[in-house]
Amino acid sequence: MMELLDYSTLRVIWWLLLGALLIGFALADGFDLGVASLLTLAGRTDSQRRQIINTVGPVWEGNQVWLILGGGAIFAAWPALYALSFSGFYLAMFLILLALIIRPVAFKFRSKRPEAAWRNRWDWALVFSGLVPALICGVAMGNVLQGVPFYYDTSLRPFYTGNLIGLLNPFALLAGLVSVAMLITHGALYLTLKTDALVQARAQRYAVIGGWVSALLFSSAGVWLALGLEGYQVSELALNGPSNPLYKSVSLVQGGLMDNYASYPVLWVVPALGVSGAAVAAILSALGRFGMAFVANKLSITGIIASVGVSLFPVILPSSTNPNHSLTVFDSSSSHVTLFIMLVCTIIFLPMILAYTAWVYKVLWGRVSEADVKANTTQWY
Amino acid sequence: MMIDQTLVELSRLQFAATAMYHFLFVPLTLGLSFMLVIMESVYVMSGKTVWRDMTQFWGKLFGINFAMGVATGIVMEFQFGMNWSYYSHYVGDVFGAPLAIEGLMAFFLEATFVGLFFFGWDKLSKVKHLMVTFLVAIGSNFSALWILVANGWMQHPVGSEFNLETMRMEVTDFAAVLTNPVAQAKFVHTVSAGYVTGAIFVLAISAYFLLRNRHTEWAKRSFVVASAFGLASSLSVVVLGDESGYTLTENQKMKLAAIEGMWETEPAPAGFTLIGLPDREARETHYELKIPYALGLIATRSVTQQVEGINDIVAEGRHRIELGVEARKALLLLQQDRANELARLTFEALKDNLGYAMLLDTVAQDPLAPTEIELDQAADLLIPNITPLFWSFRLMVALGFFFILATGYAFYLSSRRQITQNPRFLRVLMYSWPLPWVACELGWFVAEYGRQPWIIDGVLPTANAVSGLEIWQVAATLLGFTVLYGVLIYIEVRLMLKTIAQGPDSTQLVAPPASMQGAQPALGK
Repeated sequence: MMELLDYSTLRVIWWLLLGALLIGFALADGFDLGVASLLTLAGRTDSQRRQIINTVGPVWEGNQVWLILGGGAIFAAWPALYALSFSGFYLAMFLILLALIIRPVAFKFRSKRPEAAWRNRWDWALVFSGLVPALICGVAMGNVLQGVPFYYDTSLRPFYTGNLIGLLNPFALLAGLVSVAMLITHGALYLTLKTDALVQARAQRYAVIGGWVSALLFSSAGVWLALGLEGYQVSELALNGPSNPLYKSVSLVQGGLMDNYASYPVLWVVPALGVSGAAVAAILSALGRFGMAFVANKLSITGIIASVGVSLFPVILPSSTNPNHSLTVFDSSSSHVTLFIMLVCTIIFLPMILAYTAWVYKVLWGRVSEADVKANTTQWY
Repeated sequence: MMIDQTLVELSRLQFAATAMYHFLFVPLTLGLSFMLVIMESVYVMSGKTVWRDMTQFWGKLFGINFAMGVATGIVMEFQFGMNWSYYSHYVGDVFGAPLAIEGLMAFFLEATFVGLFFFGWDKLSKVKHLMVTFLVAIGSNFSALWILVANGWMQHPVGSEFNLETMRMEVTDFAAVLTNPVAQAKFVHTVSAGYVTGAIFVLAISAYFLLRNRHTEWAKRSFVVASAFGLASSLSVVVLGDESGYTLTENQKMKLAAIEGMWETEPAPAGFTLIGLPDREARETHYELKIPYALGLIATRSVTQQVEGINDIVAEGRHRIELGVEARKALLLLQQDRANELARLTFEALKDNLGYAMLLDTVAQDPLAPTEIELDQAADLLIPNITPLFWSFRLMVALGFFFILATGYAFYLSSRRQITQNPRFLRVLMYSWPLPWVACELGWFVAEYGRQPWIIDGVLPTANAVSGLEIWQVAATLLGFTVLYGVLIYIEVRLMLKTIAQGPDSTQLVAPPASMQGAQPALGK
């Protein structure tokens, strides 16, 4: 049965699924991060903050699984990528973990005591837990685009030659800000749909500002990428070959990250969606058309994340220490068998996940008001 | 390549600490979730609101615990890549799949519906809400299944082989990975242990209320549910633990011999050492008190098969190290010249010993040309640290029998409706609450520490699996986790205690229909 799909096709499918998972995470958990980042700005009183928290209260746990599934899927389908990126970005990953540990706990613990100081402390913990992953994921993307300092020995044991400070370079920080702006806009738009009164009005303002800022930052990152960064050109790559990143050669080319767009101009749609989606979201939210704005911003997020993949393809993780050791779609995947089995599992379970998640959102449909949170003090946050 | 032992030790310490911390929350999630299903089912069938109050009260504790389980679980998944990158690279093709399927099939289910459990009380019909609770319970149990498929493979790596082209282990038979007997035995043993934890937790808190004469109607019902559930699960945890023992013989001889402190292979059927003092230097166990035939019967289910002793396993291991060195040499020749057929044949014949040769990386100057002393040292690494394993195992088993007695007596009292007539027993139950956790942690300790020096039994030594990080980096994150986890467990326990002290409180909830108000439900089911 496995012969139905040859190895190279499966690899491309899993590259697309990797993108889909990252986008899924940004769309599903992204508004939780954005909402948490905006908590103290959009909510000034305890009941306003509870109003905000309870818009994501029932769903953040499910949303966060996108990240866990993302981690698991990268481990299963791209073990070399998983091994390199998680250990190469060690301290950055630790910071993300810190945020991800604090967030569930903050959600759960905040409402368990009435004191203002207690709640205020958890509110700031939530802001931290929203901003930090958003920023770090963006910084990591910025580094991936520039190449990461690693190489392999002959037994494929990875070694790193960089450090934490090196990760915090100007382009990566810009990418981090793109990520923060895009997720804050996403969170603000979610709040415009799920809250009312004062909180909604404030969220509208942040959505408008956020939309324009992310359009602007993403375009400047694009210009920088086209003019200032080197791309990786791969040769002697066997599409159906074994997953061993030492068998090919890679050269550095100025502006090489634009090659795919030059070869297939239709791909310009992807970054264009990233910019225009954010701008349209800003305009629509200024007009009060929040539903449409939310959709436009989702398209923008999709475009922004997809453009990273499109620019790099077929490279997934370039090595700046020894470009020949870069990971590509065709030499860093799992075996044919594993990719096939995982695809079958995904085809079976992903539609089920989407279906029951949709059902849960349907049950929870509607706005959360200050009156609601005042009426529900035991079972709600 | 010499591996920095400090780095290895720190990485192991961090993994052990975060994993054991994570497993403070998992067993309670496993056990409480099914008891919530039982309680809510009674509510749906009988319509008595006391059962809904029970579901909501235990649900509140479940929620605090669940959040911590989720938070600390992410750390586990990320740590493989962060601290054990060579491991991830080397076995990700096999090991990653069950983790990803766990996300797809189980974790999404429980995490998506757990929110609705809390927020759905007045948004869903009774039956639909019960279904949500049920899906959370099923999700957490499936989750355990896939994690233990992954862990079972570390204990007994079936269905995979080393691929020369990619320099890593790859799946050859996925069905074998799924139906791995070790994984199956571990799964049922682990979830049963979770059910026992949940049951003792509910029994202890119910006993607390009964002793103080508070919420007695409610506490008695919780007591009844937990005693029945606890008896069934503590019986199965011991019986299924015996099954784990049986799979140990087949697949992890050294762990079994170490647990037993059994140095020499004995004539079948071997005796079971009830108690003794294992001595690594002298390679014998002093002051043994033995039950004749018992080990042979448990481990081989026969009176004729032998259980191998430590010294024989080490001698066999030393031979495999030598074969592994030959495999490595052939691999080097092949890397220089792919067409070298002699080297290819040698390698294919001996590649199952590759992991054994890696043991030399920590002791030999030149792992390709080890001296006799270095070979002895490497073979000696195969013996895990026996004394803690020996005692941990015995304490765990003793606790298992205690749980059977305690839940059995609790069940007897419930069935005779005499729960409150033995306050001394209630006090014993109340103070027993930490014991299931002790047993769970000891069990994991035996399973994981007993597998050393291997991270994948016979395939990859733990020391070789580590990431090439700076020592200060691992030290910093270890410190970070320790501080954070310390603060969180303090807050968590205080919140749990506060929630318990408040007790079930139905004043905040929707008022029950008038017909039911004042109806005083009878005791028991």
